[in-house]
Order: sequence, then structure tokens, then C-alpha cells
Amino acid sequence: MNRKTLFQQIYDARWCYIFVFPCLVITSLFVLYPIGMSWYFSLLDWTGFTKDAKFIGFQNYIEAVNDEFFWNAFFRSFIFMFGTVPVKIILGFIIAVFLNNQVLKLAPFFRTIIFMPVVTAIAIIGIVMTFVFSPFNGPANKFLMGMNITSGPIDFLGDPNTVLPTVMGVYVWKWLGITMMYWLAALQTVPQDVYDAAKIDGAQGFKLWFHIILPIVLPFAIVIVLVEAVGALNVFPLIETMTAGGPFFSSEVMEVYIFRTAFVTDSGTMPRLGYACAAGVFWGVAVLFITVLQGIWIRKTRRL
Amino acid sequence: MSKYLNFIAERNQIRYLVISVIFLIFSFFWIYPLLWVLSASLKTDFEIWGGLGLIPEKLIWENFERAWFGANMGRYFFNTLIITFFSVTIVVITTGMFGYVIGRYSFPGKKILVGILISTIFIPQGYTIIPIFDLLNNLNLSKNLIGLTLATAGHTPVIYILLFAGYFSRIPVELEEAAKMDGAGFIRIFVTIMLPLTKPVVATVSILQVLHAWNDFLLPLVITLANPGIRTLSVGVYAFKGEYFVDWSGMAAASVITILPIIVLFLFMQKYFVEGVQGAVKG
Repeated sequence: MNRKTLFQQIYDARWCYIFVFPCLVITSLFVLYPIGMSWYFSLLDWTGFTKDAKFIGFQNYIEAVNDEFFWNAFFRSFIFMFGTVPVKIILGFIIAVFLNNQVLKLAPFFRTIIFMPVVTAIAIIGIVMTFVFSPFNGPANKFLMGMNITSGPIDFLGDPNTVLPTVMGVYVWKWLGITMMYWLAALQTVPQDVYDAAKIDGAQGFKLWFHIILPIVLPFAIVIVLVEAVGALNVFPLIETMTAGGPFFSSEVMEVYIFRTAFVTDSGTMPRLGYACAAGVFWGVAVLFITVLQGIWIRKTRRL
Repeated sequence: MSKYLNFIAERNQIRYLVISVIFLIFSFFWIYPLLWVLSASLKTDFEIWGGLGLIPEKLIWENFERAWFGANMGRYFFNTLIITFFSVTIVVITTGMFGYVIGRYSFPGKKILVGILISTIFIPQGYTIIPIFDLLNNLNLSKNLIGLTLATAGHTPVIYILLFAGYFSRIPVELEEAAKMDGAGFIRIFVTIMLPLTKPVVATVSILQVLHAWNDFLLPLVITLANPGIRTLSVGVYAFKGEYFVDWSGMAAASVITILPIIVLFLFMQKYFVEGVQGAVKG
């Protein structure tokens, strides 16, 4: 067989390139170009509103790693991740196991209800939740006091000790429907014969789930963990609308920090786009590092 | 024996009844915040903070009037509608074409292209937002809806491409070969044979993009900082909170204007929402 020359191959595939082109242009403009430019911007001393940008090398990075607020936000993002992802994974799994049962007639209805917050605009959820958790007659406090669980109102979002757990709870509530759908997709790959065979062998309850079902859904579980982990690091809209990082920066995660240093000027400081980009690049690389680690983990388990 | 089976069946029935009741109570609490904002949008401010009840004494439709005209939500509604509609159109056409080629053909450079795209899946939005803001300013697209629409369409097409590519790759080759025999060209095969077969994916991708475009927050917030006229609903409600923070009922009405269209869409097209979401882990 005579191989075609590269030129010939390219010519034959000319339509392929034409078809790829429109999407490639958009991706280049709004994904690839911004990635590249944020590296460049991160080396500038620049407000973003004037043309005079000064090249300062790695000054922004040095300043970031010496900023206490930066590291607080950095680690708070991971606290957020480790606090929400396991809860979502376990709770989502339990609900999916119940709703996967064909005998439960109301399962589709429950599925719809649990999924409902997922389709609701996240910024609106954040704003509505500031009402729900208001210390002044908010429904959450009304309920707790009506049931005699607490004696006085709790300032859920105004107290640095309760603000992060509250936001994490709302986050789990908002996105649990997605986790449940992931698990349902995983459970639906378990063939009915497996259940039947297991029952004949007398495997029930705990044994059935741990020794038979879990190994089948494990490859899914790892992808779910990866998707959930990255998702929990991108929580800007919820936190910005619920607390804007407050009180006293106690709920400021990384993206809120970037947004604040880049665009928020009401404390009298100048916006600093260059510095914010440096923080963003640092953050992006950290997230990428975690993703790659998890990717390697996925590959290893899939091969086994 | 039959007595024993009856006993088992009965026991199971009771078990499912108990589970259903527990889930019903759970569902009510789960959905309560959404019901609460819906009822608040039709109450007076005084009534909102008066109790936990969900039924308003009298329906106050003026709340919606205040939000729609006074707080400009009407305008933001149409902004959001335009951005959503055009970004969906752009995304479906471009990712559909891309997915078709990736799913069915091999050509020099394909692996590199796919590799670049895959590597961008997990880029956080906070990472790219500043250059996008700068780019739209430089292109003079930050003062109208065009820039915002394009940027919304450009955000995360990778998962859509994979959905399209997976579906196209499963269409049998025979269909295509028969058409080629009849003298159909590349574009004609794509438009008349392939596209009609992919309606389910088109629906799924459209739904996912509607969800993304309608509910997006960081991008429209940043782009419209200096241009309140092109705000979307989410940003509009957020600004509402800053400007009229004592008008609780008006804000509840504005929230309902934002979330109700998508909830209704979800109730009617649930199947595609589910498929789109599950596609992310199945792929």
C-alpha cells in the first residue's frame, strides 16, 4: 500500500479543517488566548483601566505568596472542597440507591424535586439564602426557634464561625441533584441479573452493596469524585452573592479573592488586574495539578 | 407457603410506604426555600417576615410590576433571552461541526486538536475572566450584547463536542457510503443525512447551554460592571439587592422572574437535562 504524502492527506481532509474552524476560533478567543494572556498580565503592574502597564517580572507572585489573605483564601477553597465533596458523594449515593428501585412508584417525582435547585440560577440561590438565613425573622431561625432547638436567633452569615458551614450546606443542597444523577447513571449500568444472582446466593443488604455493586460502580465513582472536586473549587457565584467573602474575609475563597483584587474598588484601593492575574495563574496551576494527579489515579484503577 | 409470600409482599409494601413518606417530608423541606421565594414574591414586606406560611393573604401582583419596570428586570429579561438564544445557536452549530469531524474522520493534526481541547476542561473561570474582559474592551464589544453572547458561547464547549463526537461515531458507515454513491458531497451528507439523526444530542446540548447561559454569573457580572444596560437577570437581581435592599417583595419577584422560566423548561424537558448531566460521567 502506498502511503499518501502529508500534503495529499491534508488536501483530502480539507472539509474536516473547514468544519473544525468556527469552533476553533471561538475556543481560541475565549479559552486559549485568555490562558496565555493571564500569564503575561501576571507579570505587569497594571490597573486595567489605563494603558500604562509596567513590566515587573515576578513581583506579583512574590507579593501573593507573602499575602496572608491569599493563603487564607487558598486553603479555604480546599476546606470547602473537603467539607462538601464527601457529603455530596455519600448522600447522593444513598438517595440514588433508594430512587433506583423500580418498585418505588414516586421515585421520578422525588428525583425531580431533588434536582430542582440544580436548574435554579446560582446567584439567585445566593441572594434568596441571605433572606432564609437572616437573623431578623428569617425562615431558618423562625423554624429553629419555633421547634425550640435554639433559644435566640443565630446570625448564620454574620458570624465568622458559622458562615462557612452555612455556605457549604447551601452548596450541597444546590448541587446534590447532579451527584444523584451521576450515581443513578452508574447504578443503571449494573445489570438486573447481578441483583438476581446475588439474591440466589443469599447476598443481601450490606454484603450485596459492598462486595457486588460497589466494585461495579467504582470506575464511575472515581470520575464522579474528580468532577465533584473540581466543581467545589469553583464556587464564586454562591459565595459572592451570599457573603461577598465576609464577614471579615472569613468566607473568602480563591475566586472571590481574585475578583476582589481585580474589580472591587469600594475600599478605596485601586483595582489591580496584574496582581489578580498572578493569583489566578497560581490558582489555575494548583487546580490543574490536582486534576492531573486524579487523572493518573483514574488511569491506574481502570487498568486494574 | 402462599401465606408466607403474602407476608413478604405485605412487609415490602409497608416498607415502601414508609420510605415514600420519609422522602415526601424530606422533599418538602428540600423545596421549601424555592416555594418560600415564590410565595414571598406575592406577599407584602410585612407578611414575608411575619411567619413561615406559604399562602399569601392577598396576591400582590404589583411586586412584579415594580421589579419588571422599576428595577429594569424587563430589560434584563430580554438581554438574557437574546444572549441565551444566540449562544445556543452558535454552540450547537460550531460544536456539532467539530464533533462530526472528530467522531467520523481521521486527519493530520486531529490528535493535537483533541488534546488541546481536553486539557482545557478543568480550567477555572476565575483564571480566564480578566483577559476576556480585556479582550472584549479592546475589540469594542464590551458595550453591547455581542461580546457577552460570544464569550458565553466560548466558555465550555468541550463536553458538547464529546457528546456530538460520541453520537456521530456510532452512526453506521453504510448510510454515508450510499449517499456518496449518489454523488452527495461532504456538506450535503452532513446536513441531509447526519444532522437529522442527531436530534437527541442537539436537544441535550441546547438544554445544557440554555442552563449555562441563563444562569451564568461571573462573566456577565464582570463584563457589565461599567454597562448596566446589558446586564443579565442574575446580575440584575444582584444589583437590585445593592440598590433597593429594603424592597424584599420586589426582590423576591425579580428572583422568580429569573428562575421560573428555567424551572418550567426543566419540568417539560427533564429527559434531556438528565441525559446532558449524565453524559459528563458516562463519557
